[in-house]
Amino acid sequence: MINVFSAIGARTTSSISAFGQGAMFCWQMLRWLIPGLVQRRTWARTMPLFFEIGNRTLPVIIITGTFVGLVLAIQSFDQLSAAGFENHMGILVTVTLVQELGPVLAGVMLAGRVGGALTAELGTMRVTEQISALSVMGTDPIRQLVVPRFLACLLFAPLLTFFCDVAGSLAGWFVAVMMKGIPSGPYWYHIQSAIEGWDVMVGFTKSIVFGGAIAMIACYKGFHCRTGAEGVGKACTESFVISFITILITDFFIGTFLSGLYRGLFGFKSLI
Amino acid sequence: MIQSSSNHEPLIKLVDVHKRFDDLVVLDGIDLELKTGETTVVIGESGAGKSVILKHIVRLLKPDRGEVYYRSRRIDNLSDRALVSIRHRFGFLFQLSALFDSMTVADNVAFPIVEHSQKNKSEVADAVAEKLAMVGMDGFQHRWPADLSGGQKKRVALARAIAVDPELILYDEPTTGLDPPRADEINELILKLKHELGVTSVVVTHDMASAQKIADRIVMLYKGKFIFDGTAEAVMNTDDPRVRCFVEGRCSDEVLETLHGKQKA
Repeated sequence: MINVFSAIGARTTSSISAFGQGAMFCWQMLRWLIPGLVQRRTWARTMPLFFEIGNRTLPVIIITGTFVGLVLAIQSFDQLSAAGFENHMGILVTVTLVQELGPVLAGVMLAGRVGGALTAELGTMRVTEQISALSVMGTDPIRQLVVPRFLACLLFAPLLTFFCDVAGSLAGWFVAVMMKGIPSGPYWYHIQSAIEGWDVMVGFTKSIVFGGAIAMIACYKGFHCRTGAEGVGKACTESFVISFITILITDFFIGTFLSGLYRGLFGFKSLI
Repeated sequence: MIQSSSNHEPLIKLVDVHKRFDDLVVLDGIDLELKTGETTVVIGESGAGKSVILKHIVRLLKPDRGEVYYRSRRIDNLSDRALVSIRHRFGFLFQLSALFDSMTVADNVAFPIVEHSQKNKSEVADAVAEKLAMVGMDGFQHRWPADLSGGQKKRVALARAIAVDPELILYDEPTTGLDPPRADEINELILKLKHELGVTSVVVTHDMASAQKIADRIVMLYKGKFIFDGTAEAVMNTDDPRVRCFVEGRCSDEVLETLHGKQKA
């Protein structure tokens, strides 16, 4: 019995300590980020990462967005047409994508394709003492390695979301217009009348938060992985799982907060 | 307490340094003074904490108790920002070389120069060529670390370590993993840098041939304490059985008994 309590105690202590370390890591990153924003060197380190992240994620996010759009449209068509709302199908597909699925899918792709690779890269650098080498040469590793990766993920996530939204909406249009015979004009008209700047803002806010969180989780896990190939592999898996859970949990809280805020500011909005 | 007999201010001084990792005591109150221009070799079994000493000198690790001084300035309690100006007085050759995989040989060697000086591109290229020439690697500027052999990586890493003309070079197992001729090349380089640049060196190793060749002074770390401090000749003539076992490369009587006991059982 005592063993159980001591195990729970040890687990709790290590979790609190890891949380504290994570918070310190974020704080140190922020301290370098703010002055770094106006330094040319920061952007020179960030630009190649943009290219790399784009290369890794754009094709998959377009494919994902397209098929999610297709499935949403196919699944919803019968029910909507039975109720006589088939012309409004675009609203369902697009609002779902812009507010929810776009940022979440972009986040998941970023966590899988980029977060894992970042953890592996930084973990290997740690294991082979390259991160220590930076410190010894009088360069802060967080400034050198984490700040550009954070910026790249933070700024790229909204772009990925945009591509996911566009691909999904076009796929919805394909099902509605090309497969189900809904006229193209009303399809776009309803979307245009239902989607507001607010919806786009909600999606982009989420994606920025997800992008920043994924970068910090991936970098933290890389910087603190255990030595050996096994340590790096384990850190990559943990990085993805924690990022994935963080995306889903923060999505819920941001969604709840922003929809409450919208209702408080503008009242209830009916989409149909 | 073991101290070198110096009338001058030591370059580095460790005072009563303690360090433990969880329940494992690695350094149990060590004192060490490094004289300018001297090559000190730290020997000891694998896992004895030799590299931990080096990491305390460059403050990659903080002591749990005790103090570290650089030219009578206490450095173990300084912030990372305050340490920048001191750290670039040190060169560190890592056991695995720690070259940046994503950079060419030239960029690796240029890295500390670009970080700590205002030199323009051609001046940096000249400095890189000069440092690479010192280690016999000029002409390899555009190669990638992955394309180099173990010995070549060490030499490039050494060129990077001396890029900003440090006062002190710390070598973490410089000959480990190299064949004997390549290991001897590194020994020769360590001697060359000492004579040409006049640097102070600390070398952590368990390679006794290397220690004999390069050391002005040898200290042995055993169970968190220094149990020997003397010259390369003195280490060969010591009566301490723990030092003798290490120097002669044979396991201790206790270990032999345990092994034979196990065989019988």
